[in-house]
Formats: sequence, structure tokens, C-alpha cells
Amino acid sequence: MLQLNVNDQTHDLAMESDTPLLWALRDGLKLTGTKFGCGIAVCGSCVVLVDGKPVRSCVTPVSAVVGKKITTIEGLSEHRSHPVQQAWIEEQVPQCGYCQSGQILTAVALLESRPDPTEADIDAAMSGVLCRCGTYPRIRSAIKKAAQLASGADKEV
Amino acid sequence: MEKIKLSRRDFLISSAMAGGGLVIGFSLAGCDRNGTPAQQAADKTAAASQPAKLFTPNAWLTIASDGRISILVGSSEMGQGTLTGIAMLICDELDGDWSHVHAEHAPADPAFTNPLLGRQATGGSTAIRGFYDIVRKAGAVGRELLVQAAAQQWGVPVSECRTSKSLVIQDASGHTLGYGELAEAAAKLPVPENVFLKESADFVLIGAALPRLDIPDKVNGAAVFGMDVQLPNLLTASVVRCPVKQGKLIKFDASRALKLPGVKRVEAISGGVAVIAEHFWAAKKGRDALSIQWDTATNQDLDSAMIEDGFKAALDLGVMERNDGDIDKSLATAAKTLDAVYTVPYQAHACMEPMNATADVRADGCDVYAPTQGQTASQDTAMRITGLPREQVKVHTTFLGGGFGRRSEQDFISDAVECSKLMGQPVKVIWTREDDMMNDQYRPATYNRLQGGVDAKGNIQACEHRIAGPSILARFAPDSVKGGHDFTSTEGAKNLPYAIPGLRVTYAMVNTPVPVGFWRSVGSSQNAFITECFFDELVKLAGRDPLQARLKLLEKHPRHAGVLKLAADKAGWGKPLPAGHAHGIAVAEAFGSYAAQVAEVSIEKGAVRVHRITCAIDCGVVVNPDSVRAQMLSGIVYGLTATLKSAITIKNGKTRQSNFDDFPLLTLDECPAIDVHLVDSTEAPGGVGEPGVPPTAPAVANAVFALTGKPVRGLPIRLGA
Repeated sequence: MLQLNVNDQTHDLAMESDTPLLWALRDGLKLTGTKFGCGIAVCGSCVVLVDGKPVRSCVTPVSAVVGKKITTIEGLSEHRSHPVQQAWIEEQVPQCGYCQSGQILTAVALLESRPDPTEADIDAAMSGVLCRCGTYPRIRSAIKKAAQLASGADKEV
Repeated sequence: MEKIKLSRRDFLISSAMAGGGLVIGFSLAGCDRNGTPAQQAADKTAAASQPAKLFTPNAWLTIASDGRISILVGSSEMGQGTLTGIAMLICDELDGDWSHVHAEHAPADPAFTNPLLGRQATGGSTAIRGFYDIVRKAGAVGRELLVQAAAQQWGVPVSECRTSKSLVIQDASGHTLGYGELAEAAAKLPVPENVFLKESADFVLIGAALPRLDIPDKVNGAAVFGMDVQLPNLLTASVVRCPVKQGKLIKFDASRALKLPGVKRVEAISGGVAVIAEHFWAAKKGRDALSIQWDTATNQDLDSAMIEDGFKAALDLGVMERNDGDIDKSLATAAKTLDAVYTVPYQAHACMEPMNATADVRADGCDVYAPTQGQTASQDTAMRITGLPREQVKVHTTFLGGGFGRRSEQDFISDAVECSKLMGQPVKVIWTREDDMMNDQYRPATYNRLQGGVDAKGNIQACEHRIAGPSILARFAPDSVKGGHDFTSTEGAKNLPYAIPGLRVTYAMVNTPVPVGFWRSVGSSQNAFITECFFDELVKLAGRDPLQARLKLLEKHPRHAGVLKLAADKAGWGKPLPAGHAHGIAVAEAFGSYAAQVAEVSIEKGAVRVHRITCAIDCGVVVNPDSVRAQMLSGIVYGLTATLKSAITIKNGKTRQSNFDDFPLLTLDECPAIDVHLVDSTEAPGGVGEPGVPPTAPAVANAVFALTGKPVRGLPIRLGA
């Protein structure tokens, strides 16, 4: 039996230790907000935060994250209150929505390390997360919006 | 106001007694709801006396006693905003309070047949177009009954009552009653003989950039896609398909797979060999442990070059699709002529959510939970496999993680139904990305020869387009193909809008073992590229400006001309650009809408860089301008992957590409700035999900042509090719 710390809760997991974190979350813990897209760490739909860093859960064996702090989209905030989620709603980013958990968590990690990201920072952080609906222009504006919301700049205007 | 006469049988109104609510279902002619499973469910629901269960399937609209407005939408939400758009149409005519509206997917039911498709399905950018009048009438009937109920209660004439934001108001007395308070009484009233639809000046919601109803659940993981369906005792299956097209299973050895923890059963099904397990990872390990022998003899030598040779050989055997003037004479008398071959490759849909479906087959019924674009077809598939009658097969539509036409197919539905039938318990079938990429019904590859001519004054006087390629309908709907014609193969070519005296289009149908399907904007996706790029070649031959040459030949097509002028104006067509940059322009009509795009392009490190795309769209009446803008962004980005990056090719009978490493999608850093401009119009609504795609490839390719002087005659664009 493995123990995982997901969204500040400890979960017992009865799955084999080579199971990718993605499937442990989805099938073991029924946290289905994390999505399966490619299985080879190319598309980014499966991104979760492990100790605050974006990780491709489809190629991360669950044994590698025991004892670490895992954050999924479900645990990002209560009531969609995280600035990135707020900005995503304001900018009406999602279309089909399938890749958006990975987009949002990747953006959260970007803003943690770069609270006021440049265009190049956004390009570097976000270009590994694929969206087939073409929400990229709105993702770009939502990240800038989220940076404003997080810094409180929005309130001063 | 536009007066719509309704016959009594067009509408069914039933009182959902439990909560004292009003339920309105619009029923199409010839479709009697009494005794249907949905009606039985409604009756059962009403009898259960559970206010929380007020929802009644097979009805567009339910108003609960607490004022909540529930709307069922028969079209599938795949990101195009249909749940919000349809709900806006109903709520506007209802004069409901938008903040009380909740919209969700309807079950499979004849009441939700899209009149443009003849079945319940989402495709061809038809949701708003098909339901525009129907659902507004459903809303208007609701309003009419609520007004009557209020007027009766107050003892005043209906004519003294008005409505606004879920309130009926009599100004003289200051009376107001909420829709929730009136719902029970309204449900007991007879159907009105006439309802009025608003004039466009009276629209409250239509035309407003309202936030999408589905977005909040798409930022916190709450939205349920097909992949996310949970049921008690649910198993998960993975199906190995023959990698060679049309190969057959000879035998398999499952002994190793069956020893693995969690693997429950391995069986041959129509799609391949299914490994059914407790969860996905067990099923995946199980399939990796299988040893399978396939009969691949028929197509094991098939490759893309062979397929193209087949197209080439058939090119001159095509059927006539359009024949204006005397093309042979026009070509013979032209001062200058041009002869060009254009090719386009297969394209994968590559929805971000791989194909999947869940089925629960029991002796007494079958439930299918699926991200499907075809509710009627899914129901048909389950009926065929289970032998159950229609009323015992229920289709539950989840959110779709992309559709683009791929989810009109039935292969993933039949997988799930067959597996659940075998197991006698619910099974979710999940395709891997490789399954999805290698077993797609691709956008057709085609081979095209174009000949054109200009006269001594620089007028384009001839254009002949010969198309050879596979037919989508020959596979998808064979009964609809007659005499070698398939309109999906020629759309975007046959309807060339330019006034060219000699114009001929032929189509040679060459069906191959590679299955082809509806890919966002279908025939127009490749034909707009071919025709608009060849047009620019002729324009260059004539020494004209691409914009002016188009406008000159579009005098009878003001909507084409309108979007061209708007896009060109906003992009600054003809004005200086940074050194090394060029503009390209293209226009296309598709799915009842008109779109033009101007692409600003440069070449960086030997590759095409698209800096900006300026798009103008005329889709008639705009229901939600923000959704229209989003769909233009979406179509352009979708089109850019096919324009710049990826293709599907065949070798040894197999699809060579299998995942996003060898079928790369456009990424955020490659995405241009995109400006979208909407034409203000009162024309009937057109589609928006697809019309953004066709102009993208030719606008970019024409900019590359302007920059390099070398025409782009194939996709994706490969400089120096």
C-alpha cells in the first residue's frame, strides 16, 4: 500500500508502484480533473504540481512521488478563487476544456517563479502544453491578467 | 413582431407536479411523444414528487417553482459554445433571467433531431442554424403561457402584461409575479394558438457577449468528459487494433496478459482484441503482454505514393461537377496559361481527449455515456449490438474533449457496448493516443490539376479544377452517393464565387483502404487552399493585386467582397510592412458563413513564421460575439497545424504517425496574433465552428508566394520543396 499526499490529504493507494501518477489519480483516487492526452509527456494535459513544480504525471511512476506534496486542479483553490482560475474565467479561455487543467497548473507554476512574466517567459513555460482548440491567444492574455490579479495591481486601477 | 402559427401537436406541455413547474418540449412534426421513453421518464419523475428531480428529459425547457430555468440542448458541447448559444436563444424569447439559466446535454430523443441533419447530431456547423427558429419558439411559448397565467391571476387582459428577466409585470397596477411563482399555473394552460417571436431590435441576449455557461467547470476539473465517467463496478478496456488497414485477426495468445494483476478478460471484438481490466493501467499492461497474429496480406504494401499514383491515374476520369462557359475555348484563346498540380495529405483530427466511451449493457437496457457528436447514431449502434429496442437504449452525452468531426464516428461506441455486453457490467473503453492517431478517419488526401488562363488585358478567363481523391460519404453514408458525386469532396471548389467565363470542376472518386472522415470544415479545408492559391497564381500571371482582382470578380457576391474588404482594411493591405514580411489574403464561404483572412508572414531560419492573422467573419445574425471570436481563433489555430506542421502518411499499410511527437500541433510560441472582426448582419445565422478554418492555409501560403515568388502547391508548407 502506497501513501500519497494529494491536495493536502493523505490517501492510501492500492496500485502497483510503477503505475503512472496520472492513473493513480484518475483511477485510484477518482480525481479526474487531471487528463490523459498522449502518455509520452509531449502534450501536457496531465500536468500536476509536485512540490510546486509542474510534472507530467503520465510518465511519473507513483513510487517517485511518495512523500511529496501533489497538487491537482481540484486542489488549486476552493471556489475557483486562485488568480489564474479567475483570469481564465474573465478571459473566457477554455473551449473544449480538456487541456485546461494542464494549462492552468503550468501557468500557476510560471507565476510562482515569475510573478510578472515577459512574453518570452510565457512562451518558454507554456509552449509544451498543447491545445487543439486554439486557446493560446487567450491563455497569453489570461496569464498577464492573473499576474495583475495576484499582485493586487488590478485593484488599484 | 413575426407571428408564428403553431399547431397544437407541435408542442407538448406537461406539469411537473412535484415542484409545481412548467415543462415545455418542442416536438417535431410526425414525432408523437406520448409513450416514448422520455415521456415515460417524465411521468415517472413527476410522480416521484421530488422537487430536485424536476428535470424532464425530452423537453427543451423546464422552469422550477424556485425560478430555476433548465434547458436541455440536443447538440454536443465540444468547445464551440453550443450549450450557451442555444440557451441564449431560448432564454431571450422566454424573457428569462439569464442568471437563473442552467443548460445541459439532452438525451438521445427524436425531439432533438437537428432539421438540417435529419438526426440528432452535431456537425456541419449546424446547431445554431438548425435550431434557431425551433428553440426560440419553445422559449416564446413558455413566455406566452406565463403571461396568460399572470393575467388570469390578476384578472387583467394579457395585452396589459409585459415580461422582463423572469418577471411578468402589469405596469398600471404595479403587479409583478416571478416565473417560478407562475410555473405551476402556466403548466395547466392550453397551448397558445400563436406565439410571437421578437424582432431583432427587441433581442436582449442575442448579440450579447455573455460568458459561457460551461467555463467555470472547466477551470477546476469539475467538467465531466467521456474519459471521466464513473459508475459502480466500472471496468476499463483497451483495444488493440490491427496496425495495417483492413487487416484481420488470425489469433491471439492472452496467457501472459491474463496473469497480470487487474486483468479480467481478453476477447476478440469487432474492433480488435480487447483487454478488460480493473483500471486503465492494468489494461494497458495487459495489451502490451498480448501476442497477436494479424492477416495483413491485403494492404501490407500500401503507401502514400501508391495512393497518389491511384489518384493521378483517375484524374481525367472524373464526373462533371460544374461547367460554366466553354473552358476548352477559354484556355485555347488565353494570352497566358498556367498548369499546376496541387496535393494535400491526410490529416488527423487529434482531439486532445482520445477516443473513449462507456457502456452499461444489461438485460433490460443499455446506457451509453459518451463524448459523441452523434446521439442518434450512438443509439443505433447500441441497438444493433444489444438487440434492444430504441426505448431501452439511453445515450448520455458528456463534454467532448474536442470533436472536429471525429466524434461523429461509431468505432469507440461499439468498442464500449461490445465489451460491456461481454462482461455484463459497465465498461469504459479508452483509446491510447497511438490508437487514436493511427485509427482515425482522416481528412482526405487529394491530387488536383488546375489549368487557368488570362487574356491580353489581364482578365482571368479560364479555370479548370480536376480533383481526384477518396469520398467520405462512400464510407459514412453510402446510400447518399450517386453517380460518383460526393459534395463533401467538391465543396470549396464547386462553389468558387469568382466570375470567370470558363470554369470547370470535375471529381474522380478514388476510394482506398485508408478511411476518410469529416475533418473540421471538410472539403473546404483543402479546396479553399487549392482554389485560393491557384487564384493568386493567376493573379500574378495577370499582373494584378490579389485583393483588387478578387473584388473585381465578386460583384455578384457582396458577402465575400464584404469580408475581404473588412479584413484587408483592418490588416492594412497594401501598406508597407517590416522588411522581409508579406501579406497574403484568402476568402471562403462555408457552412452558410463568409470568412476572409489576411496573414502576415516572414521566413525565419528557413521556416515560415506567421506573425498576425486578421480575420473578418460574416455569419449573419451573431448570437454570441465572444463565441464567434473564439471560434475564429480556434479555426485559425486548427488550420495552422495543417498549414505549417503536420500530415498523416501511410507506409506498409500503416499510418506512420502515432503521437504528438511525429504529428506535432501548433504551439503557443508559434501562434500568431489574431484579430477578429465581425460583420454586423441581419442575415440568417450561419455556422461558426468550421468557417474559420478554410481561409487560413491559403492566406498563409499566398503570403509565402508573395515573399518568395514561388507558389505553394502542397501542405504542410515546406520551403524549398
